[in-house]
Amino acid sequence: MTDTVTIVPAARRNRARDPHRRQLLPLRAAALLYVALLVGIPVCFLFGKAFSAGLGTFWNQITQPGAVSALELSAKVAAIVVPVNTIVGVGAGMLLARRQFVGKRLLDLTFDVPIAISPIIIGLSLFLAYSKIGAFGPWLFARGVMLVFSVPGVVLATMAVSLPYVLRSIVPVLIEIGESQEQAARTLGAGMWRRLFTITLPAIRWALLYGIAVTLARSLGEFGAVLVVSGNRAGLTQTLPVYIYSAWDQNFNDVGAFSGAVVLAAISISVLIVLSILRARERRLRVDIA
Amino acid sequence: MGGALGVASGSALLMSYLSLIVLIPIAAIAARGLGVTVHTNGWGMAVWHWSASSDFSGFWSNVTQSDSAHAIWLSLWLSLSVAAVNAVFGVVIAMVLVRDSFAGKRLLEGVIDLPFALPTIVAGVVFVYLYGGSSPVHVNLIGTWMGLLVALLFVTLPFSVRAVQPVLESLDSNAEDASRSLGAGGFRTFASVVLPSLLPAILTGFGLAFARAVGEFGSITLIAGGQQTTTTASNLIFNLFAGQNYTRAAAVSVALLVLSLLLLASIGVTSSRIQRRLSL
Repeated sequence: MTDTVTIVPAARRNRARDPHRRQLLPLRAAALLYVALLVGIPVCFLFGKAFSAGLGTFWNQITQPGAVSALELSAKVAAIVVPVNTIVGVGAGMLLARRQFVGKRLLDLTFDVPIAISPIIIGLSLFLAYSKIGAFGPWLFARGVMLVFSVPGVVLATMAVSLPYVLRSIVPVLIEIGESQEQAARTLGAGMWRRLFTITLPAIRWALLYGIAVTLARSLGEFGAVLVVSGNRAGLTQTLPVYIYSAWDQNFNDVGAFSGAVVLAAISISVLIVLSILRARERRLRVDIA
Repeated sequence: MGGALGVASGSALLMSYLSLIVLIPIAAIAARGLGVTVHTNGWGMAVWHWSASSDFSGFWSNVTQSDSAHAIWLSLWLSLSVAAVNAVFGVVIAMVLVRDSFAGKRLLEGVIDLPFALPTIVAGVVFVYLYGGSSPVHVNLIGTWMGLLVALLFVTLPFSVRAVQPVLESLDSNAEDASRSLGAGGFRTFASVVLPSLLPAILTGFGLAFARAVGEFGSITLIAGGQQTTTTASNLIFNLFAGQNYTRAAAVSVALLVLSLLLLASIGVTSSRIQRRLSL
């Protein structure tokens, strides 16, 4: 009789590895209770509250002119910011992962600034650079360029806060896949763009899509930086998050605020579902951008 | 070679973009906070003026005024507490996600990410309603530090869990098996074998949660209720901005940035020390 090799499936091996799973029961209870209290109840409450007044009221609120123009502006801003920051992220990612150059560390650090700094401070710093009282403001204003209290200002603030996410999700994957395939294509005569589109981008596609989805979520949801730079002009520079804030804080329209919040929450939960699918496909994604 | 030229012009474009949205604004806020006046000449080039007030005494008096000092202190201790509480629950939740199996685990996995995906103002509106004057559960936390704490615990949860989870997944089980076979119980094995190797990851999560909490605005601005006692640094910076008190707003920003960078750097140093000791 020949030796038989028993192959234990990974899942069963894992289970067998921890014969003390019963000891996990109190942990499971604690984890579930904490997450339910902290996250579950508030989120259920949000949807419950918005629809408790009835679907008609909800629809009526989100079709108010102010809400519609806020949603339109949010969509427009995201439509500009997401492609720009995707191209910037891929370009900077290729530089950081593939080349050595003077100032590489500075480039790396610059991409961390928006994660490390409060969005309010980002907004204020843009204001102090480009407003009428700012360093470059008078010069810009003399040439008719309004970079604050305007739609370009909203775009600028959103670009700043959503800057790092594409880069941070693709760089670990770029480093791990290495350069050998790109170099092989090069020796076979493929140009820079051809190598990028036929070799590199397909190899990093899940990480890239993940970064794009996070950028989209950040662009649609950004509040603090946009609040400072936009000047909160109803119907002109109000994005959906700023509209929700104004509805609650200044117009005492809590149903309106809740209806807007439900729209934003529904969009971000859809993005979240996409993210969890992408994470299942790509295990090398950086964890600290969630 | 066409590639080199392309890379060079690409890098130049990239640096202009980063200057426009990050570097110039950061320089502008630092200058304003420290009392340096910056003008532009006719060609739009920056010209710096060190005025009589740029000896840091203006900066110092701006950040040590009682409301500035209070707000900065509040932001720092709240953020440290939030990072500490979520460091504990982060490990508990990561243990459950990695080692346990039960129906609904995938849902738990998804719910953990919700605070990350949800825009902060949405969280702010939910909390001010759930724990506000017309609270359906009859808890009124408006204008209390408890209200700020709950909102900050919510927004930082994903960072604490996701920093620990992958490390726990890749942990070698040999040491644990050895510990158990030598008669150590589950808790002792966890405390003396698992926890030490998780420490660097826990500290990473702590730092991420702290950084996020210190800068947070959207989720706490409504529940802070406009009280002076619950005005965090980011809230104060916005109030100062809205009151056109730009120099003080910039000074508080600079102080907050310096203090949180110092804290993050010391967390980083501690973490790499532990890592070195572990790999010995």
